[in-house]
Order: sequence, then C-alpha cells, then structure tokens
Amino acid sequence: MKTQNYLLQTGILLVALVTVVGCKHKKPLPPAETAPAAAAPAAEPTAELTATPTVISAGDQVELSWRTTNATSVSIDGVGDVPSAGVKTVKPTESTTYHLVARGEGGSADATARVTVNAPIAVQTPSTQMSPEEEFKANVQDIFFDYDNYDIRTDAQSTLAKDADYLVKHPEIKIVIGGYCDERGSDEYNLVLGQNRAQAAKTALVAAGVAADRMRVISYGKEKPFCTESNEECWQLNRRDGFAMDR
Amino acid sequence: MRASLRILPLIVLALLSVQGSRARAQDWVRTGTNLGNQRIRLAAADFKPVGGDPQMPVLKGVFDTTLFNDLSNAGLFDMVSKSLAPQAMPGSPQELVPAQWSAAPASAAMLALGALAVNNGRLTVYGWLMDVSTANSPPVLTRQYNEAASEDMARTVAHRFADDIISRLGGGIAGICETKIYFVSNRTGSKEIWVMDYDGANQHAVTHLGTVSISPRVSPDGSRIAFSSLNDSGWAIRMFSLDLGRTVSFPAGSAGGSNLSPAWSADGMKLAFSSARSGHPEIWAVDAGGGMLHQVTSFGSDVSPAWNPRTGAQLAFVSGRTGEPQIYVMDQDGSNVQRMTDSGYAISPSWSSTGMLAFSWNRKYGPGDPGGQDIYVMDIASKQWQQDTHEAGNNDFPSWSPDGRQIVFQRQINHRTQIWTMLGDGTNQHQLTFNGDNSMPNWSWK
Repeated sequence: MKTQNYLLQTGILLVALVTVVGCKHKKPLPPAETAPAAAAPAAEPTAELTATPTVISAGDQVELSWRTTNATSVSIDGVGDVPSAGVKTVKPTESTTYHLVARGEGGSADATARVTVNAPIAVQTPSTQMSPEEEFKANVQDIFFDYDNYDIRTDAQSTLAKDADYLVKHPEIKIVIGGYCDERGSDEYNLVLGQNRAQAAKTALVAAGVAADRMRVISYGKEKPFCTESNEECWQLNRRDGFAMDR
Repeated sequence: MRASLRILPLIVLALLSVQGSRARAQDWVRTGTNLGNQRIRLAAADFKPVGGDPQMPVLKGVFDTTLFNDLSNAGLFDMVSKSLAPQAMPGSPQELVPAQWSAAPASAAMLALGALAVNNGRLTVYGWLMDVSTANSPPVLTRQYNEAASEDMARTVAHRFADDIISRLGGGIAGICETKIYFVSNRTGSKEIWVMDYDGANQHAVTHLGTVSISPRVSPDGSRIAFSSLNDSGWAIRMFSLDLGRTVSFPAGSAGGSNLSPAWSADGMKLAFSSARSGHPEIWAVDAGGGMLHQVTSFGSDVSPAWNPRTGAQLAFVSGRTGEPQIYVMDQDGSNVQRMTDSGYAISPSWSSTGMLAFSWNRKYGPGDPGGQDIYVMDIASKQWQQDTHEAGNNDFPSWSPDGRQIVFQRQINHRTQIWTMLGDGTNQHQLTFNGDNSMPNWSWK
C-alpha cells in the first residue's frame, strides 16, 4: 500500500514537472507575436494574458491580468465577459489553461495563460510520506566497481559523498555494507574481494565523517547475485557495494 | 613373445626420440601421484552365485559392477573389458582355467574371481586374486567377507575386496574405495554440506541450516566437518560433529565477519582459515579446540589455506596481494613466503599425501581473454607443473584422494556446476553428480 501511494505521488510529481516545463517553453511566444500585430494599421485587435504565479498548490490564488487593444468584446473562458483590460483573482483547483478572446472590427485575437496546480501533499511533504527504509534507499545509493578490483571509482566517490551526507545528517541510522562480485572467478577468492569492496566503502565513509561503529561489513561474494545473466551489463550490476539499514 | 622382446628396445627408442620430453613429463606426474608407470593387465570375473536366494540377482549385480568400477577407477590397472572377458564364472581357484584368461583377447596377467552366497539374510563373499600368467601359481590374495544381505553391504564388500587388491598390487598404499567426498549442493534450495561415497553413490545432505554453507573440510579422523556459513553478522567457521549429528560450538571462528575456507592440519590438531577480523582478509590459525588463535599472514587478501600433509609444517594459500590471486607457500609460522605461480589467476590449492600441489589456474586471465580455468598439478620443489584439464568448462576446487592418486574437482559448464573425478595425471575423468548444482568437493582422509 505504501509503495502504491509512493508511486502515485511520484506520478503526480512527474505530471506536474512536465507541465511546468511545457509552460516555460510556451510563455514567451504570445508577446513576440502580438508586438508586431499591435503596430499594424488595420486596427486588428491585440490581446495579452498573464497568470501570476503560474504554479500553485490547490487552494492558492492566482492573479490573472490582461490587456487588449482594438477590441469591442473580450471574454475569458470559464470567467465570462471582462473589460478590455483588468485584473482578476481566481482559485483553480486543477491545472487550467485560461483562454482570452478579444474581438473587434479588425478581427479577433486570443491569448492563453497556463496555471499548474500541484497536489498539495506532493509539494509540501514529499519525504515524510516515504518510509524510513524508502528514504534511506533514495538517499544512500549503491556503488559499483571495476573488474577484479576494489578501488573506489570516480563515479562511486560522488555517490559515496552523497551517501555520507545523508548518513551524517541521520546519526541514528546504522548500516550494513554488503560487498558483491560478479560470477567469474573462484567462490572463496570472490568472498575476499567482496570483503575488500565493502571495507573500502566503510573506510571512505569513515573519512567522510560517519562513525565506524555505525557500520558493519558483510561480504556476499558471488553468493547473492543481483543479476544472473552472463554479460558485462549484468556483471557490472553485481560488482557493487549495497547499503542497507542495520536493525 | 620372443619377437616382441627383440623389437621392444626399438619401439622404446623410437618413442623416446619422437616425443621424449612429453614422455618424461608424464613419467614425472605418474610417479608423483603414486600411479607408477606400468599398468597391470587385470580382469575381474563375474562372481559365481551360490544358492537360490531371491536377493541374489540384485546383490550380485551391485557387487560385480562395483568391484569392476573400483578396479577401473584406481588408475593402476589396464582392465580387461567385460566384452573381452571369457564367459566363465569360476567360483574358486579350483574352477579356474588360467589359460582362458591369459590368452588373447583378454590377455590378463591377473584375475579377481570368487563366489557370493546369501543365506538367512547374510551375504558371504569369497574372493581370490590369481596370477593367471604363470601356471599353477598360488593365490595372490584370499579373502572372505560376511555382512548383512543388503545392496549397501554388497557395495561395501566390493569396495573392501577392491581395496585389498589395490593395496596388494599398488605398493601397499591403502585403497580409497570406502572414502567419502564432502561437497556443497543447492538441491534443497539453499547451499548445504552434502556427502557421497567416493564413486558418487549414496549422496545425501549433512547440514540443514537453510543459509549459505560452503567450503567443507573434513577432519583427518573423519569425526568433524569444518565449513563456512553465512549468518546475520557475516561468515563464521562452523563445526559439524558427524558423531553427534549436529553443529557444535566453535567461537574462535566467528569474530569479525568473513571467516572463510578452513583447513585441517594432517594431525587434526590445528585449523587454518581466512579471517577479516583485523579489517583485512588474512590467514589465521587456531587449535582444533579453539585455543591459541593467532594471525599468520599480514599482507591482506589471503584465503584458501591448505596444510602440506607430508611435512605438516607448510601452508599453501591464495593471495591477491599483488593483484590477481596467486598461489603462495609459506612455513606455518608465516615465514619463508614463496610465490608459486607467476601470472594469471591461480586459486584453490590442495596438497596430496605425497606433497604434490593441485590448484586451479587460468594462465591467461584478464578482461577479453577467456582463457580456461583448469586444474594443474605442481611439484613445489621444482615448480614443474602439468595441466590436467583441457578445454572443458571452468574447473576449480581440486581435492586429492588420500592415496594421492586421484583428484576430485568441480567443473562448470553452461552455468551448471558438477563434481568430477580424475586420476592425478588428468586421465580417467568422470562425472559424479548430476542433480542441482554441486561444488567445492573435499575428499576424506581415509
């Protein structure tokens, strides 16, 4: 159930993100089009509509402001007829595109403004809705190793730095570092390699300020593979240190 | 006969000049593995059934098959195949016509023969070993066995008679037909310690721990198995008592996680193993009772120790201290460390009773270089080695039979790992396990 909630929230967040990004691309366009139109001698109507802010949480207010020229009637969908220029406060409960149409003798013009409404829980408290386990997993990520090697790679160093940040901020959490290897080579020697990999992460985390007595090290060698195919992609996934909360 | 004697030196000369070096290499390993250079031409007659007990056909079948296989497996004999053997079933030396066996196509020098009787639930076996190349020679061996009439005991009696023949014709070295092989199998869903007879019969689980248990090593007296097992705090050396049928406490083996690959000294008094309790995987040693725990190596990445049973004072082990794992040998106090392999990926050393080192080696190891992981045998004094397996899967975990003639090992082909045996020179390879995945075999000491 928790996982489902989490997925739902993630979904909403994603939709929200996509729409925000979409809005940013569209917004500069109307002024660019309307500016030359306003200078036209044919008395063609022009229209501008802006929403402030463009992203809100449900229940928050948005100020719509508009300006038209050469218009005899102006209306905004969902709001109704409005003066040729003005300001109005609205409270959309879901993401809305406000559409203004200005009609005059020289023709008509329209303008739009998009307001994105985020689900309140997704914006306010994304982390507190995750279980401690989920939050740990999201913040403390596995690191990967080269073939037959337990040196911490450059990419693993930046991952470990983030892992250390989280662990330093959460001193109550104890962890188990599991060292894993790919399927190649000997069972016994791979357990030594896994031990060295896990120990390497522990040493790096201690250097980054995580107390040594908060960490246990277990080598799984190739006994608990994450992935069981025989290709480099799979082997790389198995050559790793996995971090788990210790109970 | 005379003609062949006259041309024999010519044949030998021709062989020497054409493939002299190869012949010498084979001599070296055959001598080193107690196999000798001349195989005796031996026949095993089907034993004569005495009496009409309904159990007889089954027991006789088991006995005849087991005896023949045991003698074939020994590596000492040029066995007369059943298809070339005479139909005769002599139940005693009196019923034997030696010429039937010494003449072509059998051309036997020696013959095992005898009779089985089943009476009142008892199996009695009379066995003889006869020299059929010499007329009227007395029996080389006369034996009588009396056991409960069961398939197990028919097999056991065949093993004993085979061992008696092997000992008599093989220089007095005790046969191995009643030895056991301990190994790891996942057949119950988790890796447990299992055991089987040396020929693959009677496979059954020893531990039922439900975790991951690996690296079984049986004690020299056959009473305990040391192994490594995964629990919440990592890998611990655990001890299973075969007398009590349960694990017994061994606290020295559980500190600090990653306690791996136990090894017994030949006197059964000491255990060596790899432990990361200092932070790095090193070789440690301890009394079998748990006292006198001490660190032996201090360079890191050391695992898979094996005591030399011949000297009782040396350990071989694997170390990744210079990169890829290599085989090293040292005195048991950690001094005199010598690297035995110069390249590649070398793992899993095992000493024979004669001091020969078997191990698994990929001589051309590296990314993009799919060299074979094969079993090798090395004489440590000369560092001379011979490759025993060729182009057949990934081979690892060799373990010598107590007579120093055979090697049991694991072979992985297409993601399935099974246990195989072969002679010390790499010949006579055959598979012992077929169900699940089976690995890390360890041959009992007697």
